[in-house]
Amino acid sequence: MARKLLLEHINVPGINTFDVYRSKGGYAAVEKALKTMSSDDVVEEVKKSGLRGRGGAGFPTGMKWSFLAKPEGVARYLVCNADESEPGTFKDRYLMTYLPHLLIEGMIVASYALGAKTSYIYVRGEMMPQIRILERAIAEAKNKGFLGKNILGSGYDLELYVQPGGGAYICGEETALLESLEGKRGNPRIKPPFPAIAGLYGCPTVVNNVESIAAVVPIINEGGEEYAKVGIGRSTGTKLISAGGNVKNPGVYEIDLGLPVEDFLYSEEYCGGIANGKRLKAVVAGGSSVPILPANLFMKTITGEPRLMSYESLAEGGFVSGTMMGSGGFIAFDEDQCIVRNTWNFARFYHHESCGQCSPCREGTGWMEKVLHRLEYGHGKMSDIDLLVDVSKKIEGNTICPLGDAAAWPVASAIRHFRDEFEWHVTNGAEAVKRNYGIAHYADPLPKVETV
Amino acid sequence: MLRVDNSEAIPVEFSPELVAKFDDIVSRYPEGKQKSALLPILHLVQAEFGWVSAPAMDKVADYLHIQDIEVYEVATFYSMYFMRPQGKYMLEVCRTGPCCLVGAEKIMDHIEQKLGVKEGDVTPDGLFSWRGVECLAACGYGPVLQISPEYTFYEKLTNESVDQLISDLKAKASN
Repeated sequence: MARKLLLEHINVPGINTFDVYRSKGGYAAVEKALKTMSSDDVVEEVKKSGLRGRGGAGFPTGMKWSFLAKPEGVARYLVCNADESEPGTFKDRYLMTYLPHLLIEGMIVASYALGAKTSYIYVRGEMMPQIRILERAIAEAKNKGFLGKNILGSGYDLELYVQPGGGAYICGEETALLESLEGKRGNPRIKPPFPAIAGLYGCPTVVNNVESIAAVVPIINEGGEEYAKVGIGRSTGTKLISAGGNVKNPGVYEIDLGLPVEDFLYSEEYCGGIANGKRLKAVVAGGSSVPILPANLFMKTITGEPRLMSYESLAEGGFVSGTMMGSGGFIAFDEDQCIVRNTWNFARFYHHESCGQCSPCREGTGWMEKVLHRLEYGHGKMSDIDLLVDVSKKIEGNTICPLGDAAAWPVASAIRHFRDEFEWHVTNGAEAVKRNYGIAHYADPLPKVETV
Repeated sequence: MLRVDNSEAIPVEFSPELVAKFDDIVSRYPEGKQKSALLPILHLVQAEFGWVSAPAMDKVADYLHIQDIEVYEVATFYSMYFMRPQGKYMLEVCRTGPCCLVGAEKIMDHIEQKLGVKEGDVTPDGLFSWRGVECLAACGYGPVLQISPEYTFYEKLTNESVDQLISDLKAKASN
C-alpha cells in the first residue's frame, strides 16, 4: 500500500483540532521553514519537488511562485482557491473538513515563501460548514502563536482570513476569483497582466488550489527531491482523486501518480469496480470539463499501452483518443447510463455557469443545451449532431477564460466517441425517451468483466 | 430589470450586533478596499432577513460607501442570494451529472410531490421551498442536498431519508 503524504492521519480522532494535529507532527513544516530556511529556499524546494497545480491546469507550482513580482513597498498576496465546483471533484471539501490544519500549515509556509503578510482562503459560499471549521482552526493556530505577529519569534507576521464566495463556478478561475474577492461580479480578467504581476487590488498575487497548498507541507518536511521520487516522470508526488458516479466505493483516495487505471478502478483498496455488478461504459477522468472516454480507450491507449493515472498517460493520444488529469474528479458511468442525457446535463451546467462576458460562451452554451435537450427528448434531427460539433468549435479558444473550452470539450468528445448513440436518439426518438442505448461495441473488450 | 420582488420590501434596519459583524469583516481588508466585504455581508443580510431585498441592498451600499448598482449587480450575479422571499427552509438539491447518475432527479420529483409545490415556490405554511442547484462538490456522496440558511448538508438521500428530514424540520419549526 502506497504511503500517504497528505491523508496519513486522516482517521486519527480529533485530527481537526490543533493539539491532536500538532501531536502527530503537525506544524513541523512551519517550524522548519521559518527557523531554518529563507523564503527563497522554500520556493527552491517546491521547484525541486516538481509539484504541479492540483486545481486542474497542472502548471508547476514552484515556477508560478518564482514569477511573482516583488516591487519594493508593494504588498503581495497569496490566495487559496477553495472554490471547488468542478462536477466530479470533491477532494478539497474533504481536506478542509477533516484536515483544516494541514491547509493552514501549508498557507503559512507558502505565504512565508512569497512574502505575503495577508492571505485569504476563498471558499465557495455553499461550503458554510467548512468555512466554520476553517475559522475555528485559524483561531486555534493564532492562539498558539502560529499566526499573527512575529510567528515563532521569526519576525514574520501573517494574517489569514476565510472569504466566502456567493455561488458561482466561474470563480474557480483565478482572475474571476480575485474579482469576486474584491467584491465584484466574477468576470474573468484578460491576461496579461497575470496575477503574479497585477492580481488582488492590483498587487502581485499567487492563487493556488487547496491541494497544492497542502502538498507544500510534505515537500518541506521531506525535501523537494524526496517528494519527487514519488510518482512517475513529470507527474511527481501523490494526487487526491475524487471517485464518484457508478463506482462501488465512491470517495476521496490519495494515489501515487502513475498508478495503473485498472488498479485504481478495480482494486478493493480504491474504487472496487463498478457498483451492482454492472459493466463500465465510459469514464470522465478529471472533472466534467475533460473529454469523456469510452471504457476501452480509458483502460488502454490507442497503441494498446495500459493507461496510468498520471498527467502524461491520461493525455496520451491528445483529444482524439486521450483525456486529461484535470482536477482529479473521476466519474464512472455504468452500462445503464445515457451519454446523450449526461452530455445535456453537463451542457446545462456550463450554460448556467457562464458569466456572460464573452458572446461565444454566453450564447454557445445555451445553444448546446437546447440542441442536446432536443436530442435527449427524441425531437432531434441528424444535422443537430454536426451542429453541436460546429457550435463547440466556435466556442473553443474564443473566450477570455477556459470556461468556454470546458463547455465545448465534453460535447465534442461525447460526439467523437459515442456518435452512434446520438444517431440512435435521432432515428429512434420515441424509444430513446423510454430506454437507454446500452453499452455497445465501443466498450468491448472490457477487462475483468464478471457476469452476474 | 432587476429580478427583485418588491412586494414585501419594507424598509430594513440593521441591528448594532449585525453592524458589528460587518465591521469585523471590513477589518480583514486593506484601507479603502472595504468593497471586498460585500459578498460576506450579503450572506449575513440573507441569514438575518431570509432574503436580500432592494432596501437591504441600498443600506449595504450606504454602509460600504459604494453605489447601489454595485450591490445589485453582485447580488444578482451569484446564485446563493435570494432576490425574493423563500420558505424558512430552502432545500437545494444538486442536479448535476454525478448526482444524477445515482438518482438525484428522482429525489427532486419526490420532494416536489412531498411538499406539493413546484421548484422555486413556497409552501402555504411558509416553511419550505426547494430548487435544483448546480454541483455542490460532494459527488461521491450523492444524491445530496443542503438547507439554507445554515447550509447543513445531507448525503446519500433516499425517499425515506427525505421524508424524515422534512418531518424533523416541521417539528423543529413548531417548537
